[in-house]
Amino acid sequence: MSLQFESVLAETDIILDGIMLTIGLSASAIVLGLIFAVLLVALRTLAGRWAGIAVDCYVELMRNTPFLVQLFMIFFGLPLVGIRMSGTQAALLAMTLNLAAYATEIIRAGVDSIHKSQLEAGLSLALSKRQVFQYVVLQPAFARVWPALSSQFVLMMLASSICSFISVQELSGAAAIIEQRTFRSFETYIIVTVIYLLLALSLKVFLLWLGQRLFAPVSGLARVDVKAEAA
Amino acid sequence: MPAVLIDDVHKRFGNLEVLKGVSLTVEPGQVVALIGRSGSGKSTLLRCINGLEAIQSGRIEVAGHIVDQDPKHLRELRKDVGIVFQSYNLFPHLTVSQNIMLSPRITQNVPQAQAETLAREVLAQVGLSEKFDSYPDNLSGGQQQRVAIARSLAMRPKVMLFDEVTSALDPELTGEVLLVMEKLAKGGMTMLLVTHEMNFARNVASTTIFMHQGKIWESGPSRELFSNPQTPELRNFVSAGAH
Ligand SMILES: Nc1ncnc2c1ncn2[C@@H]1O[C@H](COP(=O)(O)OP(=O)(O)OP(=O)(O)O)[C@@H](O)[C@H]1O
Ligand SMILES: [Mg+2]
Repeated sequence: MSLQFESVLAETDIILDGIMLTIGLSASAIVLGLIFAVLLVALRTLAGRWAGIAVDCYVELMRNTPFLVQLFMIFFGLPLVGIRMSGTQAALLAMTLNLAAYATEIIRAGVDSIHKSQLEAGLSLALSKRQVFQYVVLQPAFARVWPALSSQFVLMMLASSICSFISVQELSGAAAIIEQRTFRSFETYIIVTVIYLLLALSLKVFLLWLGQRLFAPVSGLARVDVKAEAA
Repeated sequence: MPAVLIDDVHKRFGNLEVLKGVSLTVEPGQVVALIGRSGSGKSTLLRCINGLEAIQSGRIEVAGHIVDQDPKHLRELRKDVGIVFQSYNLFPHLTVSQNIMLSPRITQNVPQAQAETLAREVLAQVGLSEKFDSYPDNLSGGQQQRVAIARSLAMRPKVMLFDEVTSALDPELTGEVLLVMEKLAKGGMTMLLVTHEMNFARNVASTTIFMHQGKIWESGPSRELFSNPQTPELRNFVSAGAH
């Protein structure tokens, strides 16, 4: 067996476009999904019982069905009710909704882990329940579950490859095209594998860095650092 | 009008009756100490006063507010009634000054600059001006508790409640916190405090109340109460060294 990368590497443009789309889709889905998740957790924490049940149902629905099926439901289903969207838009929506569900579950665990005495301290300072959630609970909760959230973000970035099923030309979609043009399947996917690996590792490192920047005073890690410095 | 008026308050947790008809008053500027064995209902009583616990019957009025469970009433009440807990409960993600400014900023719309001045003022009051930008985790327990007191003071409360605020501290750190409280008392603050520090109760509180099994068992001027306990329960409690 001889590996020949030349013909594959000649398609660098497609690969680069694919990388950009993978990054763009993932970054947008992460930001939008996170915002949506925070709203869902707030709803679940602050609004009445029925809102909580609705949020739980949504979370369970998304976490117990395959992402591919969710993607198809959005891409093929929404046009039937008159909502037209491009493959990329459908991909972004599916990724956002899927990530939001997982992130909701993770953030909720973080919120639950905040000790009751913190809430009581906030309430005793005349804060409303919403203000306690917003100013007292949210940031420490995020700090605690940031590693779990980070893993989820990386998983979502990798799962974006599934969007190639609806002809979105993110990295995997780009690979499929190159494969058809060059008939060099193995070489193509070696390159794609390396790129995904680098993307995933970079995202992980970036998220670690971001977490330390954002949550330094509340993360156990940073605390150790401060003490070590003082010593 | 008393600063705190508690009238025949009953409080149950499920089937467990924790407060069995408690009545007391605290006059403006008065310092009252609550003592008693573990489980006698001292914390519960304090928590009822600022509405953290709902009562089953009786009446509580504090700083001109009638305590009920309406969230809006509770917020108004808590602007006038500070509470400091045994476990400090500072917010770990906020600096000392941010801890102090949070509520004035968002519940009383104090502008940032004014809130900073306020924070400096109350930090000076507890002797921690230099910790303005520190995070709670980098402070000793005694310092954290003084910040917690400062955070309450920044609300300009009319009444302060203290629940065993030195019990979590190493012995060498209790002094600095008690000193701050003594200063507050001398400054005319109305205080109701649960404490295991019998000397503090005797010397700083004008009145001491001994709670036993969910009732006020005995109360009176602190010095008299300690030197001449009337009930065997209080006599036991005092001679057992308070623990
Ligand atoms: N949230 C709760 N649910 C059920 N029981 C409770 C609750 N809070 C307190 N109790 C019970 O009420 C009783 C009185 O508790 P409380 O904390 O008021 O006592 P205390 O006098 O403050 O004791 P300590 O000196 O140990 O702080 C105890 O038997 C306790 O177990
Ligand atoms: Mg107690």
